[in-house]
Amino acid sequence: MKVTLSWLREFAPDIDGDPVELGETLSALGLAVEEMETIGEIVDGVVLAKVLDLRPHPDADKIQLVDVDRGDGQPLQVCCGAFNMTVGDLIPFATIGTVMPNGMEIAQREMRGQMSNGMCCAADEIGLVSGDDGIYILNDVVVDGAELGMPLAEAIGMQPDVLWDLEVNANRPDAMSVAGVARDLAAALGVEFRFPEYEITTTDEPVDSLLDIRIEDPELCGRFVATVLRDVRVGESPAWMQQRLIQLGMRPINSIVDISNYVMLELGQPNHTFDLATIPDGRLNIRRARDGETLVTLDDIERSLVPNDGVITDESDTIISLAGVMGGATTEISDSTTEVLLEMAWWDPPSISRTVKRLNLPSEASTRFRRGADWGDNIDRAMRRFIQLAAESGITAVSGFVDVPGTTPDRTPVPVRVAKVNGLLGTELTADDMAAYLISIGFEVTMAGDTLHVVVPTWRWDTATETDIAEEVGRMFGYENIPRTVPKGDDPGGLSQYQKDRRLVREVLLGAGCDETLPMPFLAPGDLAKAGLPEDGVTLTNPLHAEESVLRTSLLPGQLKAIAYNQSHRNPDVRFFEIDHVFLPAAEGEILPDEREHLAVAIAGEEAPAAVAVLDALDRALALPNVQLSPSSPAGLHPTRSADVVIAGRTRGHVGEVDPAVLEAYGVEGRVAWLELDLGAVLDGPHGNRSYSPVSKFPSSDIDLAFVVGDDVAASRIEASLRKGGGALLTDVELFDVYRGPGVDDGARSLAYRLRFQATDRTLTDGDVADVRQACIDQVVKKTGAVLRG
Amino acid sequence: MSNAADLTADLDALVADAAERLADARDLDSLAALDAEFLGKKSAVTAAKKQLGGLDPDDRKAAGQAINAARTSLEAAIAAARERLAAGARAAQYEAERLDLSEKLGEIRRGSLHLNTQARDRLEDVFVGMGFTIAEGPEVETAWYNFEALNIPEWHPARGSFDTIFVNLGEPEEVMLRSHTSPVQIRTMENQEPPIYIVAPGRTFRTDTADATHLPAFNQIEGLVVDRGITLGDLSGTMDEFVRAFFGGEVKTRLRPSYFPFTEPSAEFDISRPDGSWLELGGCGMVHPNVLRNCGIDPEEWQGFAFGFGIDRLAVMRYELDDIRELVNNDVRFLRQF
Repeated sequence: MKVTLSWLREFAPDIDGDPVELGETLSALGLAVEEMETIGEIVDGVVLAKVLDLRPHPDADKIQLVDVDRGDGQPLQVCCGAFNMTVGDLIPFATIGTVMPNGMEIAQREMRGQMSNGMCCAADEIGLVSGDDGIYILNDVVVDGAELGMPLAEAIGMQPDVLWDLEVNANRPDAMSVAGVARDLAAALGVEFRFPEYEITTTDEPVDSLLDIRIEDPELCGRFVATVLRDVRVGESPAWMQQRLIQLGMRPINSIVDISNYVMLELGQPNHTFDLATIPDGRLNIRRARDGETLVTLDDIERSLVPNDGVITDESDTIISLAGVMGGATTEISDSTTEVLLEMAWWDPPSISRTVKRLNLPSEASTRFRRGADWGDNIDRAMRRFIQLAAESGITAVSGFVDVPGTTPDRTPVPVRVAKVNGLLGTELTADDMAAYLISIGFEVTMAGDTLHVVVPTWRWDTATETDIAEEVGRMFGYENIPRTVPKGDDPGGLSQYQKDRRLVREVLLGAGCDETLPMPFLAPGDLAKAGLPEDGVTLTNPLHAEESVLRTSLLPGQLKAIAYNQSHRNPDVRFFEIDHVFLPAAEGEILPDEREHLAVAIAGEEAPAAVAVLDALDRALALPNVQLSPSSPAGLHPTRSADVVIAGRTRGHVGEVDPAVLEAYGVEGRVAWLELDLGAVLDGPHGNRSYSPVSKFPSSDIDLAFVVGDDVAASRIEASLRKGGGALLTDVELFDVYRGPGVDDGARSLAYRLRFQATDRTLTDGDVADVRQACIDQVVKKTGAVLRG
Repeated sequence: MSNAADLTADLDALVADAAERLADARDLDSLAALDAEFLGKKSAVTAAKKQLGGLDPDDRKAAGQAINAARTSLEAAIAAARERLAAGARAAQYEAERLDLSEKLGEIRRGSLHLNTQARDRLEDVFVGMGFTIAEGPEVETAWYNFEALNIPEWHPARGSFDTIFVNLGEPEEVMLRSHTSPVQIRTMENQEPPIYIVAPGRTFRTDTADATHLPAFNQIEGLVVDRGITLGDLSGTMDEFVRAFFGGEVKTRLRPSYFPFTEPSAEFDISRPDGSWLELGGCGMVHPNVLRNCGIDPEEWQGFAFGFGIDRLAVMRYELDDIRELVNNDVRFLRQF
């Protein structure tokens, strides 16, 4: 909502002060200033001048020569491209040296051999509005006592003004008007606020004889007020009105529409005009639409209506208007209209909201109805204001208004406990303080001991409860005046174990040289299939782009896109990790998807063991219970280089390499080592249990063993057999060499282990070591079919 | 047989000769040979000692002293020579092993934590220090959690302002990507008795086309306190304390009246910029009694406040990023700067 200082002063003449400070006051009232500008200033050098002579340019058709008097009585020649002046006209004249609002500096120049010594100005060239096509003719605009050569602002009585663009919240329907903003600001400044008296004259013809209006659905329409205007001539509205409409961001249309908008902006009351000739017998009915009914609205679009929609019908029960939202095409006023039915009503906000939303038809009027317009005296006031403004164009009104009541909101006094208000705000205000604040903005207050009985004004539909009223007290007291305190709960703050572990996981991954990435969670259709994954992602109803229409079920597609992006920018070997949500199909009987927190590690340019090494690092950091790699072919991964990650018997993810076919589909070069874990399940499961075993004081013995074994036998099985054979004396097993080549059969490899033996109670003898070595060998040979390499 | 005086003279000559030869020793091997020659079983000193028995008692004492003195001198000279040679050998080793430490190969590069995570961690740490715990919730929500329980009925104009992204689950517009982190308030109050002191960071969604200042998926942090006697003054003081801890002591805060369906009274909170102007950081207010009731909490017994603001914007502000899309592009040239 935009307001100007001059317009506010029509309701509170004593509003005054530094515009920036006034803006701060508006912001502190909850009417946040989004922008402030000074308007109505005319650049220095533009003066009042008179046209002395007009003659054709000897060598040009598109310009003429004009002699002007700019105060010194001497004719000064200028070349001018406009032809709407006559001799004797008063005009704005930019003298040489004037810097125009668009930055152009007026200079003496020669145009086709004729000197031009300044510029005759159109209204828009100097930031003004007029109906003149061409130069702004000031004959009827200048003030008494204006003299040629006078600065133009002085000559036409133009005052600099201030424009504030305010952010008005949905609970402030009253502030969707200049008057409403003035009411709040006047209260905050402690100056008087009053509505002007709008004097109107009417014909003797009673409106009751012309209109017959019925409200069939009183819940829909709380009040319907109407009258008839005669002698209507649709033309242009006066310049001052156009000026204000433009200032507040509305486009002037014609005299009737402009008055309608002016009254709405000024008083907050939307209004509608029907061509009375199109309404047989002046009969209207207000009801809800029925299934199957339609209306061609004044934008010439046929709308299908549903039973919630409020409508106005004529005597034949034909819908002629979508109540509070948009008029119908058949009753719209036109250039030939001479009689108008002027209507102002109060509509049920939820009903209007539903219709606006369903038809996507927001407007200045419906925005006010949705927030709750004023159903009280303001309607009568707005009617009179409309009639008064229309009278300036010779339009007459018949006598009286038709005023049909429906159901208006409850105005039972709201009990407001002084202690509760202070308890909510953290203040120590008295009942009198609170009453004064409320009365200053139009609330009616009766005191009853520690309780105020508050009647909410008709322009505050959204304000209905004790808490709402507490907010009004706080607002007028000033939030900044409330003492600041800091509450302390009894319990200490902290991260949960899960949150601590998640931070630990991140630290491990950072230490492993991985950069954290956070791709957006949206995928394009086909991204999952391209990654070899089932296409069971939850889809969006209203995505902005098709490429963002599916929710990911795996972190794989996002990581591959990130790698491809970096490879295309000549950074091929990135190491990434991501911890974020994935969205699996909803479980049976659930409405929400199965949302989980996953961990992914993607190492471009590395083979599967790099990912296994990261898993091992996580295992050490988290002390996971019994992590096993169970060879498998998970979707999207390399079928012979991947495994399920099994933790304490439950599959919690996959490790290995991304399937080369998937890499190709995503345009990724080289190999990508991959780890994805259901981190939520891992961290919610048992982990972190570490137990102490005493460090042996006795010497240890190391031996090396190499086995030749087929490629189909996992090294983890050899290690498990070694551990079984070595028992408690085997304290460490390290695989230190893998060899394929001459001396070893095809399809097999040699695995070389270093074993460390140590007892906690004695020094091992050579015999002890020989025995346990043999036990290890026997176990491996027996369980895996491996052969000891000589 | 020579007398003690002769023996002393011989030994003096020997020591003098040894000093010269030790000075000429160039390595530890030749020093070992000299050590054997001067002090070994076949050395002159050992031979002289054997002859002591043949001397008369007076001479024997003087000769014995001379032998011991010679021995001590020789031992000291050899030790000094050894020290000199060892120091030289170490120095030679040092010289031979000289390294240019700027020849860096096989660098251990620590990864970079994403800016959003860094900002989120810092926020969490500040609130933990103020006695809060961290709550989390799902990103896909029902209309109940995202709107209705938050006092935003189906017809409410505020619903439109959220520009919600809906998903194809349930009835039309029943399931959505959460448009704010406020659903976590509801989930927390449903599951936990007051007092409640939580913050809830997380991703939120709007139908915004990605551009330099907007993303359809972005991050917010939400705070909720429900306790006995909580006031708007408590909210104001808490925001002030948070801002001082997070931005530093120079930054001031102010509350301005505003409107949110789920708080009453409602406010925007602003922080001061160095030039004295104000920057709107987020929204806040006293938890609406309807919201408390929707979660089974009696608003006569308990009062609370809530607040929320964007996390991404803090990262953008702190590093003066000129395009917020950098946060989701995952370009290593960006990621590794932080």
